[in-house]
Amino acid sequence: MTSKMIMRGMIGFYILLFFGYLFGPLAVMGITAFNTPNYPQAYPFEAFTLDWFVKLWNHRSMMDGLKNSIIIGIGVVAISVPVGLAASIIMSQIYHRARGLYYLVTISPLLTPGVIIGISTVIFWKDVMSVTDLTKGLFYKGIILTILGQASFVSAYCLLIFMARLTRFDRAQEEAALDLGASYPQVFWHILLPYLKPAVVSAVVIGFLSSFENYNTTTFAILADKTLVTVLAGEVRQGTTPALSALAVIIIGISLLGAIGYEIAKRREQTRADRAYRQAQIAERDEVEAIA
Amino acid sequence: MSSRAFVFIIPVIVIAIFWVMAVREAKRRPDPTRKGFFERNGVVLGSVFIALVAFWTLFLVALPYLYMVVESFHPALPPMKRGGPDDVVTIAQYSSFVVNPTIGAVNWLHMSALLFSIIASIAVTALNFAICYPLAYYMAQAGTPQKIRLLMLGLIVPYWVNEILRAFSLRLLLASRGLINQALMGLDITDAPIDFLGNNTGLYVGLSYAYLLVMMFPLYNAIESLDKNQIEAARDLGAPWWRIHRDVVIPYAKPGIASGCTMVFMLSVGSLAAPQFLGGPRTLWFTAVIYDFFFQSFNWPRGAAYAFIMLIVCIALVMAMLRLFKVSLGEAIK
Amino acid sequence: MSAGVELDRVTVRFGEFTAVDNATLDIKGGEFFSFLGPSGCGKTTILRTVSGFLEPTHGHVRIGGQDMSGIGPNKRPTALIFQNLALFPLMSVAENITYGLRVRGVDKASRRKKADELLDLIALPGQGDKLVSELSGGQKQRVAIARALAVQPKVLLLDEPLSALDLKLRQHMRSELRSIQQKVGITFIYITHDQGEALTMSDRIAVMSDGVIQQIGDGKAVYDAPTTAFVASFVGENNPFPGIVAQADDNYATVDTAFGRLRGRNPRGAKAGDKAILFVRPESARLGQGETDTTFASTVKNVAFEGNMTHVYLEGIGKKDVTVSVGRRSSMTIPAPHEATPICYDAELGIVLPEGMLARE
Repeated sequence: MTSKMIMRGMIGFYILLFFGYLFGPLAVMGITAFNTPNYPQAYPFEAFTLDWFVKLWNHRSMMDGLKNSIIIGIGVVAISVPVGLAASIIMSQIYHRARGLYYLVTISPLLTPGVIIGISTVIFWKDVMSVTDLTKGLFYKGIILTILGQASFVSAYCLLIFMARLTRFDRAQEEAALDLGASYPQVFWHILLPYLKPAVVSAVVIGFLSSFENYNTTTFAILADKTLVTVLAGEVRQGTTPALSALAVIIIGISLLGAIGYEIAKRREQTRADRAYRQAQIAERDEVEAIA
Repeated sequence: MSSRAFVFIIPVIVIAIFWVMAVREAKRRPDPTRKGFFERNGVVLGSVFIALVAFWTLFLVALPYLYMVVESFHPALPPMKRGGPDDVVTIAQYSSFVVNPTIGAVNWLHMSALLFSIIASIAVTALNFAICYPLAYYMAQAGTPQKIRLLMLGLIVPYWVNEILRAFSLRLLLASRGLINQALMGLDITDAPIDFLGNNTGLYVGLSYAYLLVMMFPLYNAIESLDKNQIEAARDLGAPWWRIHRDVVIPYAKPGIASGCTMVFMLSVGSLAAPQFLGGPRTLWFTAVIYDFFFQSFNWPRGAAYAFIMLIVCIALVMAMLRLFKVSLGEAIK
Repeated sequence: MSAGVELDRVTVRFGEFTAVDNATLDIKGGEFFSFLGPSGCGKTTILRTVSGFLEPTHGHVRIGGQDMSGIGPNKRPTALIFQNLALFPLMSVAENITYGLRVRGVDKASRRKKADELLDLIALPGQGDKLVSELSGGQKQRVAIARALAVQPKVLLLDEPLSALDLKLRQHMRSELRSIQQKVGITFIYITHDQGEALTMSDRIAVMSDGVIQQIGDGKAVYDAPTTAFVASFVGENNPFPGIVAQADDNYATVDTAFGRLRGRNPRGAKAGDKAILFVRPESARLGQGETDTTFASTVKNVAFEGNMTHVYLEGIGKKDVTVSVGRRSSMTIPAPHEATPICYDAELGIVLPEGMLARE
């Protein structure tokens, strides 16, 4: 009994340490965002201030970077989600001998260091665009290259998300729709796509976030442009300012809101499912009584 | 351009080979359930699918990679000389990794940078495994559903803050004016601040912190599917806790462990932010060398060659490890 | 509106494996026709060939006299009820039922009307807005039927749709299915491995084994006058006595079995010297002495009381097992275990069939 209690105590202590490790640095950074000294310091806490948030708002290049990050994120999602969806459908239908190679090619961006993805994207597209004489035009731009580079691995994330859901898809649904007279495209739009909708939502969210946060690929592909992350990297390299802490506070705040929203949505869905299940149980009981 | 143009032909040939194989096999052994791709998806939708995936796999994945490799076998030339008579195929960029061309001596600097990156990454991988395994096991085998949901959320939320800011937060903690040194000095444990960043503590902590989640989820998924009865049975047979883990849990979770370790290792070697912001001034990470070829000396072919060397060495190492622990590549990259 | 289904020398191969071998049969319009056989016998393959998910390797499927070659499942006048029902979980009950109309471009108001009509037919009035997950097993069953009927198929194909239900409900649904079939009057093709279902519902039954149709006939014919050893052993219980035919004429044959020389009907015209199996059903046999060529010796092993019947398990010569079932009203006295007793039967209830594969238990 006592050894069990010691065990539980140790587990609790370990979990505390683990999450202390995860959240500790962020918490300290959060405090520095509201402290007055120029150097981000948590202790001693001199006076409460919101100046750093104002500074952040007035930080021109950071706001430009944020704008670019959002554009890139939208662009990456616009490419990667359809690509990931198409790739997962082809994965489920592909000629079986080619599946291994196909899987390797599609998943390789996840195992390739981001640095290499960035470099190869720049080298390849620079030449392609110079041959097609697009270099001077609209396309050979950091934003476009970054979208292409990020899309290469974000598509692979999306593929995995869609594949995970597709493997649980009941093929009989597809056949039932066909049998009722639906054409193959109708099956896709009426049956498969609604089924995949939760995966589409996850793919959009995860795709956007991983694009937004990406540094390794972006830093090469962005050329002369900038994203929020590359601006941040520049700032951190130059020195330290509590304005960065303020930014982190905002991001954490938004993610917490997102997490809470997600939790509420999940709970609602669960309640609905529970209600349906109870109704089915009642119907089941009534049915048995009706026969007897 | 000719030596580069052939890059475009390779994927076409590979696709053609598989196409011919598929057609021949379909003729040899007809399968009544088999429907043509366009028959199954409709011509419009099928074409869209193929176009999307072809664009991705060819123009975003295969061709850029192949192209980078080809580029690494060329000399660095100013734009107007590219494709001219000087633009020959050469292994100079690779040999420069071994022998420094400017001073003609063995290139210890770069080789040791690669070696250091790899060894440090192995250390970080081991560290993360040690940190994550107990929690993954606890969540997978002992937690109630609500508790697991909460823990999951707790794991994910910090990762919505990007890599750079997370590195920044660690720097605030570990700097000579940081909270930890303040505490150490305040408690009179030390009287001069410890240089955590200079002695690379910051680097290791930063890398470990950055990829904790990447280890956590494969481990959790692998252990979660283990039947609780197996552990009960082992316990009933009187196995001590460490033997249960050594003989039951770890062998079962091996594919997940392999997958987590592979990902952490690859990400860690390829990471740019943590070494940049948390490494000591004398520490040279291999990606930083590559970075400098691109942005300081503008020698793209050499940067590409170094990137390719890094990729090959890492893949070789991962494959060797997987073979050592008898895990197939397919299991590890699931 | 109903249509007949004709299989004309249909063979379906998957690579080297032959799932259906040269099947020919003619299902009449409006008939309730069942395919009965153990799993893997090819009955589902036949169903999928009729519905158009598979193309036969050789031969033709005709529905209402029309060749179906090259016509996809969405263009055939058939509707399929899947084993797991395959209701669309993201659609309401009414949307499920009228999905076939939606893809045919029928407008919303007519769809709603049709849904109400069909909900009445399946005794779920006013439940169209429910989710599928809110229904009981039997209700889901009915919705699946309504969904299939909504497209006014000429042939309804059912792939063991009752297998997921529990016993009581299954028996209830049998009669419901039969009455729906009589109401709508279209051809039903029913796939099952459960002989009870096949026998109670069907006009005719095709018994299948290993891709081959063994026998086609109504329930009585399949049960009382099996034409192959497989059918005799698969449909209902049967005691097989393999041996060599000793004498034969047009009506009767005697077989030299391990139990002695025994007599039975000879529907397949076995000749002296042929290898054959004599079948005697447990309920056709009696404990007691009869004529010499329909009586053999045995010892009681154990007795199982099963309500309406009592099964007596006996051991004959050479440790061969024999079962005799005794009806409740029978005045027969049942001997205790280890007692010896003769077993006899009426010669017209024994049946001599050519040697062939038996159904696995």
